[in-house]
Amino acid sequence: MEDPVPAGTWVRRHALATRLWHWANAAVLAGLLMSGLMIFNAHPRLYWGEYGANFDVPWLEIGAIGERGAVSLGGRTFDTTGVLGVSRGADGSPVALAFPEWATIPSTYNLADGRLWHLGLAPLLVALWCGYGAWMVAGGHLKRNLWPRNGEWKPAHIARDVLDHLRLRFGSGVRYNILQKLAYLAVLLVLLPLVIVTGLAMAPGMDAAWPWLTEVWGGRQSARSVHFLCASGLVGFFIVHIVMVVLAGPVREVRAMVTGWWRVR
Amino acid sequence: MISRRGLIGAGAGLLVAGCDRMNAAPEVRGTLEELGGLHKRAQRLLGRHALAREYGVGAMSPVFRANGNTEAGDPVWRQHLAEGFSRWALQVGGLVHRPLALPLSALQAMPQRTQITRHDCVEGWSAIGQWQGPRLGPILAAAGLLPAARYAVFHCADDFGGDPYYESIDLIEAFHPQTILAWRMNGAPLRPEHGAPLRLRVERQLGYKQAKYVMRIELRETLAGLYGGKGGYWEDAAGYQWYAGI
Repeated sequence: MEDPVPAGTWVRRHALATRLWHWANAAVLAGLLMSGLMIFNAHPRLYWGEYGANFDVPWLEIGAIGERGAVSLGGRTFDTTGVLGVSRGADGSPVALAFPEWATIPSTYNLADGRLWHLGLAPLLVALWCGYGAWMVAGGHLKRNLWPRNGEWKPAHIARDVLDHLRLRFGSGVRYNILQKLAYLAVLLVLLPLVIVTGLAMAPGMDAAWPWLTEVWGGRQSARSVHFLCASGLVGFFIVHIVMVVLAGPVREVRAMVTGWWRVR
Repeated sequence: MISRRGLIGAGAGLLVAGCDRMNAAPEVRGTLEELGGLHKRAQRLLGRHALAREYGVGAMSPVFRANGNTEAGDPVWRQHLAEGFSRWALQVGGLVHRPLALPLSALQAMPQRTQITRHDCVEGWSAIGQWQGPRLGPILAAAGLLPAARYAVFHCADDFGGDPYYESIDLIEAFHPQTILAWRMNGAPLRPEHGAPLRLRVERQLGYKQAKYVMRIELRETLAGLYGGKGGYWEDAAGYQWYAGI
């Protein structure tokens, strides 16, 4: 165990590279998510395999049954009126769109503009991930601060950290706790690279150059499904991340990610 | 007192307005377009000569969705359809030494390429089908390109609200071995809803490049000055990217 740092001490928590990447990545991901939802609205059905179109069976469909919004998932249908399938437009009238206007770029349906944003921001996401990844590995951040230490892999340690989180006892250690480490690693080493690779896999020109892009998923439509699931995973992370920041002390946490300095509590 | 719900609603409203304002800003759009151009550069760098994946018969879609126009409005095309395209001929002209008029029988008599490929729509769906026809490259070579020729433009018999469909590709794509003029699909002559008598197949690009009802190929130096100037119906009408490899 480390020596506890007295409360009130200021410690340098986040390197400049982390802070720059964090905010740039957040902005780029927000744009990619919202333009991605617009692109999804053009064909709100997901399939497994190489092909998939209107005559084929989707595993997920967001649509409308009459005036009700409906999500069909694995043979079951859920009424999602108001949010998915059918939602209110800017003037308050119901609009039949998979994802609502407030969640997409641009707000009204425009596939070309959605693609303009998505394809323009995608290279930035790749550049940010490559740059930060290189810094993280070369500078030792990955090994020193993110990679779980020997004892942290033990189920008992993980179970204790889960319990601590359930009791809302977290955010006081100078070092990241194991759940935090696993969440950050999942984003950095799993979700971001997968969302990038599956995004590339949807480009027919890339598939010609690198056929493995779709083959590893069992086809382009599978890659599209995985892309959607990874994006959902990133949204899931974002929600948990925000809840944790709020519970741990939003001022302290946001200040640390802006200035780098964190006040021990 | 502002309710929490009202506050969230106001925040979302600001976000939407902000996004839409950025979407309308020419500087933002210009930057995004430039960044998006990296995809074409990367694809040309990594796989200029790469072949699109070809599939076995068992991988074909049970039903190949017919999208876009399912018939052409042009009365000349309708007449040809009624005559089984027996008097129809593909025109090849523009910046060529020898303009050509190729009847369907001539296209059928040329060396054929048959390929089972995946058709990826810009909307996100895919369908796998079999296409057969002569390669475009040798046809252009037979016409003899003038040195200034840089684009092959495909003029089609269909239209949207009176605006004719057309598409264009550069010469890298035009001479690619899988770029064919398909008159057969899934083992039968091309059906009207899939673009009879002739459909362009550019297998490394999205569906809107696969022009149906091709009547005339024009070799040009530039796409400027033709219809909306962006090189294709959807490029002009909706703003889709001219390079559709992504």
